[in-house]
Amino acid sequence: MSIILNHVSHVYGAGTNQAVKALDDVSLKIEDGEFIGLIGHTGSGKSTLIQHMNALLKPTEGEIYFNGADIHDKEYNRKMLRGKVGLVFQYPEHQLFESDVFKDVCFGPRNLGLDDKEVELRSYAALRQVGLEDEFFYQSPFDLSGGQKRRVAIAGVLAMKPEVLILDEPTAGLDPKGRDEILDLVKRLHDENGITVILVSHSMEDVAKYVGRLIVMDHGKVQYDDTPMAVFAHYKHLETMGLAAPQMVYIMNELKESGLRVRTDVATIEEARDEILAALRLKNTL
Amino acid sequence: MIRDITLGQYYQADSVIHRLDPRVKLMATLVYIVSLFLTENFIAYGIAALFLIVMIVLSKVPFRFMIRGMKPILFLMLLTVLINLFTATGEKLVSFWVFTITVEGVKRAALMVFRLSFLVIGSSIMTLTTTPNHLTDGLEKGLGFLRVIRVPVHEIAMMMSIALRFIPILMEETDKIMKAQIARGADFESGNLFKRAKSMVPLLVPLFVSAFRRANDLAMAMEARCYRGGKGRTKMKPLHYKGRDWLAYLILALYLAGIIMIKIYLKWALI
Repeated sequence: MSIILNHVSHVYGAGTNQAVKALDDVSLKIEDGEFIGLIGHTGSGKSTLIQHMNALLKPTEGEIYFNGADIHDKEYNRKMLRGKVGLVFQYPEHQLFESDVFKDVCFGPRNLGLDDKEVELRSYAALRQVGLEDEFFYQSPFDLSGGQKRRVAIAGVLAMKPEVLILDEPTAGLDPKGRDEILDLVKRLHDENGITVILVSHSMEDVAKYVGRLIVMDHGKVQYDDTPMAVFAHYKHLETMGLAAPQMVYIMNELKESGLRVRTDVATIEEARDEILAALRLKNTL
Repeated sequence: MIRDITLGQYYQADSVIHRLDPRVKLMATLVYIVSLFLTENFIAYGIAALFLIVMIVLSKVPFRFMIRGMKPILFLMLLTVLINLFTATGEKLVSFWVFTITVEGVKRAALMVFRLSFLVIGSSIMTLTTTPNHLTDGLEKGLGFLRVIRVPVHEIAMMMSIALRFIPILMEETDKIMKAQIARGADFESGNLFKRAKSMVPLLVPLFVSAFRRANDLAMAMEARCYRGGKGRTKMKPLHYKGRDWLAYLILALYLAGIIMIKIYLKWALI
């Protein structure tokens, strides 16, 4: 059970004088149950990459396998694939269209051809998963707040019961509270339901806190594919790609340079606090 | 998908025609069309053809781009030819069953073909060498005199340029929403007409909501910058006639005069 990308390239506008190579020979293997962060500057190819994973885009070169089957095979059921690999676009609340929240969430599972009972059960479960209170179920989605709308939109994909959930910048445009709620929700889905998650993000802080594997894209190529800490060690190279490591990585590196003996593989404020206190205590006892 | 559709017809090139003031090009197109309807003389048509060929060469736009504009009117052209061929009265050329083709009919049909194709090619030279925004600028300034009779010229031009500006944005939006709904299992391609029309709802509702949201944002932004319509408003790049524009007007006047002369003096026209 995995997604394999085998030397995938994608060219927009191939054959015209404005051809753009958005993906350049990308090979990846995504295992079951992983929590992956995908990071890259605007135009680095990350959105193009995720659209390949559920066959919205067809690679110009290379193949993609889902659970061992080539997804661009003539006989392959791509509609079913889209139920298995759920893709939540950026600003997913912009895609809501039904007259009430519940109906909108039902759209996905209904398209999978399930019977009414199953559709409604799944939609109800999905709305509960994203933590939307019952009182909103029969309201117009356009009357909800930004954060609520986004949760409804995510529920719309969850109701298809995907094995892999890909979220394109799920926190864009949300306030800090909304952001934490969404990220905690994603983490819960991964930890409790065992869904494989690919989180596309701009924020190193966000991914550092949650993901186990970090893929960095630049100019259509995979630059790094490692644990977050191992990637952050290259913070100087990340800067040349228009990215940055979490602030704590910088602080720890500066502290180390100025003589305090601390570890530099620290990403969150809490870890940094403990590490600095420990180092200071050690220094004082010496 | 949608990315492949190019909008408008503008063909980027560096030519004299591209650099002309849009007002000149608008006027030239108008004059050219008028000249085509002024006369039915074949010699005049020869001159019109020559004029067109010179313009095509000067514009540096590949000829196939101009032919492209002909496709939609192909049917209309065929119909015109058939009607002219069979309905004109005059010297009999051939006849079979109930149809008679006359010499007159052949001439008229040929004339119609030339007239229609010159018309289309002539106006596509304008759209191929002028960006839509330039065109609205030209219209605004060129039709400025209509303000005297209270035609809101600036407002109309502003609406046109906003509409043009939003077309690519909404196209991109359509593409995005379409993909998002396909990711939720939507199917926009199969099924009968009724089913397909119904499947557009998940695309159209978000698209309209987004269009209204954008329109609202834009209106706010314009008000925040104290936009009050055309009165007293200056342009960042105002249109000014240059030497070549006057020269173009002169050539245009000569062309029109020539056509009129032929119409008046060459009575021994072929038709």
